[in-house]
Amino acid sequence: MTQKTIHTSDFRPLDVKAIREDFPIFADTPPLAFLDSAASTQTPRPVVEAMDAYYDTYRSNIHRGIYRISEEATKQYEIARQKVAQLINAPRTSQIVFTRNTTESINLVAYSWGSMNIQQGDEIILTDLEHHSNLVPWQLLAQRTGATLRFLEITDEGLLDFTQLRDVLSEKTKLVAITHVSNVIGTINPIQSVIDAAHTAGAKVIVDAAQSVPHFHVDVQQLGCDFLAFSGHKMCGPTGVGVLYGKLELLEEMPPFLGGGSMIRSVERDVSTYADVPAKFEAGTPSIAEAIGLGAAVDYITQAGLASIHVHEQELLKYAHERLQEIEGITIYGPAPHQKAGVISFNIEGVHPHDVAGILDTHNVAIRAGHHCAQPLMKKLDVIATVRASFYLYNTYDDIDRLYEGLQKTQTLMTRRNK
Amino acid sequence: MNIYQEELLDHYENPSNYGVLSNPDVSHEEDNPLCGDKIRIDLIVEDNIIKEVRFCGHGCTISLAAASMLTEKIEGKSLEEVKKLSRDDIMDMIGIPLGPVRVKCALLALKVLKTGAYGIKGWPGEEDG
Ligand SMILES: Cc1ncc(COP(=O)(O)O)c(C=O)c1O
Repeated sequence: MTQKTIHTSDFRPLDVKAIREDFPIFADTPPLAFLDSAASTQTPRPVVEAMDAYYDTYRSNIHRGIYRISEEATKQYEIARQKVAQLINAPRTSQIVFTRNTTESINLVAYSWGSMNIQQGDEIILTDLEHHSNLVPWQLLAQRTGATLRFLEITDEGLLDFTQLRDVLSEKTKLVAITHVSNVIGTINPIQSVIDAAHTAGAKVIVDAAQSVPHFHVDVQQLGCDFLAFSGHKMCGPTGVGVLYGKLELLEEMPPFLGGGSMIRSVERDVSTYADVPAKFEAGTPSIAEAIGLGAAVDYITQAGLASIHVHEQELLKYAHERLQEIEGITIYGPAPHQKAGVISFNIEGVHPHDVAGILDTHNVAIRAGHHCAQPLMKKLDVIATVRASFYLYNTYDDIDRLYEGLQKTQTLMTRRNK
Repeated sequence: MNIYQEELLDHYENPSNYGVLSNPDVSHEEDNPLCGDKIRIDLIVEDNIIKEVRFCGHGCTISLAAASMLTEKIEGKSLEEVKKLSRDDIMDMIGIPLGPVRVKCALLALKVLKTGAYGIKGWPGEEDG
């Protein structure tokens, strides 16, 4: 049931060596083994250069100045929007709303669409794999409106229990909010089937694509999802810019989220009329440099090739599974490599995840330890925290060897007298 | 310097005063929501002096070693002396610089102790609590 849209036609192996030269952070010898891209990625030179060009040569506000550099800034900001629209195959560029991040995109929908469409007794379906940012906004909405949250569970293999969807979906279901890829255990959800089933039941679907859009090709027209959210900083872009995609008729009906400048057509003392989408949802001066940087990041990952990135990550993942399984006392959580994205969560028996991360850090290996903003999933896995390694286009087999060696050292250091 | 040096590991592997007391005057437990570490401290207090102390719980090297060292430090001390213990005292005890996330680990035991003994809320040395 796992869907992966790999366009084999545009597949060519990544030139990882050349890619790494674009990232100054890897210039040291030995280089930083950065295995925390699921939290935030590194930034290649072309992205920084695109933002520098804005700051150095045409810095100005957008949509207002009647002078050359402001027109240039507006043009570049809108070109970035087009690039994002093409990346996810949105029918129209105006369906791309720039936000701060995935979290803000989801909150925008929860407030704006939620206030118009969710009432007491309605149900919102979530899954046990959600990041807090696709859970707490719905809890808040449920508290405001009296709606109920229902949860799809995961199987022992860490896959979404899709069979539960049929039982949970009903005429009360107004929305399904689901992550495309789990940021903790990497599970790739069968979102096409979820979207189709939800639509048959008359419900809308919002997809948290924070961990999918950066890593493989996502096509919103093919999926037919109603909303889709992701963050620039997880795809080689800068922090401070994120994206909300929505179906045009939904975005047009929705009331504004934040009020202020740029989102209005005309303002009187008591009432205003609002600008068309997407401006209606972009109140105030946006993250201009960051949006332009995101446009450059889209160019960067599409030039590398999303299919190539995906295949590269799959190979690293398979290799990581093989190596890590050799470590004594390790438990790897989640599905088998072919059913997940480039994320591997694990624990070493008797060693606290913080200590694993702390010791690896002394070997210049950066990985994440904690609950990964997914406390309900931690509970489900019956752990307090996990160690997580995640991969992106710049990672190498060497990074994984260094992880492996660091974990071996951790093992010896921390369990020397426990036996 | 490395946080995984011998002294801390020794405390982690062979903690002092590990366990619970059957009739404690004070027994308090708290966790660090960031990582789920949990520490409980039991005290027997006579004439304002800490006669006996035990701690138990689970956590990383830093939080458990800090708890172990703290219990060594406070046994036989007066509540007034204990009240004055600060974030800096814990950092001196640990003896190596820690990043902000691990500082919370190091301070968990002191937080449990102070909240239990005085009902003082918040992380020691932090204004925002
Ligand atoms: C699956 C998922 N959803 C949402 C988010 C939140 O992203 P942001 O912090 O950029 O809003 C993350 C980031 O950790 C994530 O992994």
